[in-house]
Amino acid sequence: MPANAFNNYTDYGIGIGLRVPHYRHILEKKPVVDWFEIISENFMCDGGRPLEVLDQILEQYRVVQHGVSMYFGNADKPDREHLKRLKALVKRTQTPWLSDHLCWGSVDGRYTHDLLPMPYTFAAAKVTAEKIRLVRDFVEVPVCVENVSSYAEFHASEMTEWEFLSEVAELADCGILLDVNNIYVSSKNHGFDPYDYLNNVPHHRVGQIHIAGHSKFKKYILDTHDHPVLDPVWKMYAHAIKLCGKTATLLEWDDRIPSFDEVHNEALKANKFVHELETAKVSA
Amino acid sequence: MNSKPRKSPRNARSRAQLRELQRLMSSALFRPLTAGSGMQKRWMDGRKMSEVAAQFIKPNDRLTSFERLEIYNRQYWFRILDCFYDDYPGLRAVLGGRKFEKLAKAYLAQFPSASFTLRNLGGRLEKFLREDSSWTAPRSELALDMARFEWAQIVAFDGAALPPVTPDDLLDSPPGKLRLGLQPHLTLLALDFPVDDFSIAIKKRDALRAEASNAMDAAPKAARLKKVSLPKREKVFVAVHRCDNTLYYKRLAAEAFEILTAIRAGKTVRRACENAFRSSRKTAPEIGAQIQDWFQNWSSLGWFCKPRKRP
Repeated sequence: MPANAFNNYTDYGIGIGLRVPHYRHILEKKPVVDWFEIISENFMCDGGRPLEVLDQILEQYRVVQHGVSMYFGNADKPDREHLKRLKALVKRTQTPWLSDHLCWGSVDGRYTHDLLPMPYTFAAAKVTAEKIRLVRDFVEVPVCVENVSSYAEFHASEMTEWEFLSEVAELADCGILLDVNNIYVSSKNHGFDPYDYLNNVPHHRVGQIHIAGHSKFKKYILDTHDHPVLDPVWKMYAHAIKLCGKTATLLEWDDRIPSFDEVHNEALKANKFVHELETAKVSA
Repeated sequence: MNSKPRKSPRNARSRAQLRELQRLMSSALFRPLTAGSGMQKRWMDGRKMSEVAAQFIKPNDRLTSFERLEIYNRQYWFRILDCFYDDYPGLRAVLGGRKFEKLAKAYLAQFPSASFTLRNLGGRLEKFLREDSSWTAPRSELALDMARFEWAQIVAFDGAALPPVTPDDLLDSPPGKLRLGLQPHLTLLALDFPVDDFSIAIKKRDALRAEASNAMDAAPKAARLKKVSLPKREKVFVAVHRCDNTLYYKRLAAEAFEILTAIRAGKTVRRACENAFRSSRKTAPEIGAQIQDWFQNWSSLGWFCKPRKRP
């Protein structure tokens, strides 16, 4: 399942996040990279250097948009101005699909700038799915919704997180950006088996996978994106592609960002698992 | 910010209940941290915060409801304070670290982010400082100038750039009727302190510090303690803009500032120029040459665009 409707029938391979400390290296050295993921909000501005860099990147590379502020799970309706800006960027990047998080983050026009967990209820799933459909219809590209890492759960919840993700994806008929690091982090914080999660999401809807590093604290794990990917997460990744098929994969590294080569080499480790999967298929 | 204590909904079985839950949790997040960077122990109505948190957040075997909510409360404040620190290094230098931190917390508590992007976090700082100078006393005027100057840099960095006017656009317009617009990324500032020079000095100092800390395990104490003298009062006029996607500050003569301000306000070019030089002792040819020189320079910088249509 290398390509499906949720990633617009593309086969993008292994990408990394486009980050400011790497701009010069990328523009001067032009390294071979399958694709870059951009944070949409960093380029939803009116002009200046960010858009100049983006246009230079777009001349040479495939770019996919990933958002951090659509807040599909907000009780409030989406902001039309925000949607217009997002659509303008979609036209500019020609992103084959776009993703954002299964979370909420603002209410009454005030923003937390965080990816806050949802109460896993049928009503919340319905509200969330409605918004995903609205966004997809407005921007006119497939949407993948990403599971977040979380540190709290609500009494209000009526189902598990993976049941909620599945419910939302089915109601919205959207794709899933499966973040295996986030599943791992949340499994440790909430005490569930991460493989139950992986095994029980609708695999045919997975359009993209995220991998990343995290930080362990005494009583919880934080999703910090400031480390290489840890072994348990790589194991989950191997399991995920076994279930979903070879899927467009992206390494997130957002803090204490090392050299471009270090980040890219870390991402390319994913190829080992892809090759193992393909070898196993051939042998079978 | 709405400080009304929220009820603690245990359900989210409708959009309205979901909204109430989100209002409750965001109210908790927006509340400032304690001096020890923890969540406040009491809710707005005096109840124990641990009781309020327990009503909607599940505990687990390692963390109480309070502690789980506190993770988000801390993340919120660390994130926005971090952003505010990055955006206002000059204001921090003017006020000193401790005072700047108090100001940042007070401002962000009164004006939580109202935009999807953290870029706009400082958008209401000027208003906040004008309405309450107690956070910046006794350097309130200098702090206000610096805050305006640093916000202008944010605008110049990624504000809109409209197509510049071309000589062809101006061919048929006599100065008496000609109106121009100024680029949205250009900010004109009349300042009581030369904060542009001060800002450059701060950046140089910080760059030196960074070099020192790269060369050895820890930056030398002397370098860390080195202070940049605060600017003395002096009226200056500054344009903050971008050219070829690089940020610039440009000092302006008082008359040049007046002309540009009048143009932005919608005055004709002739009216703007006449007003700026109305009490000048220069001769008409001198004034003409000066104006021509300025307009050539401003045009080459791409500052002029078509004026916005009046409603």
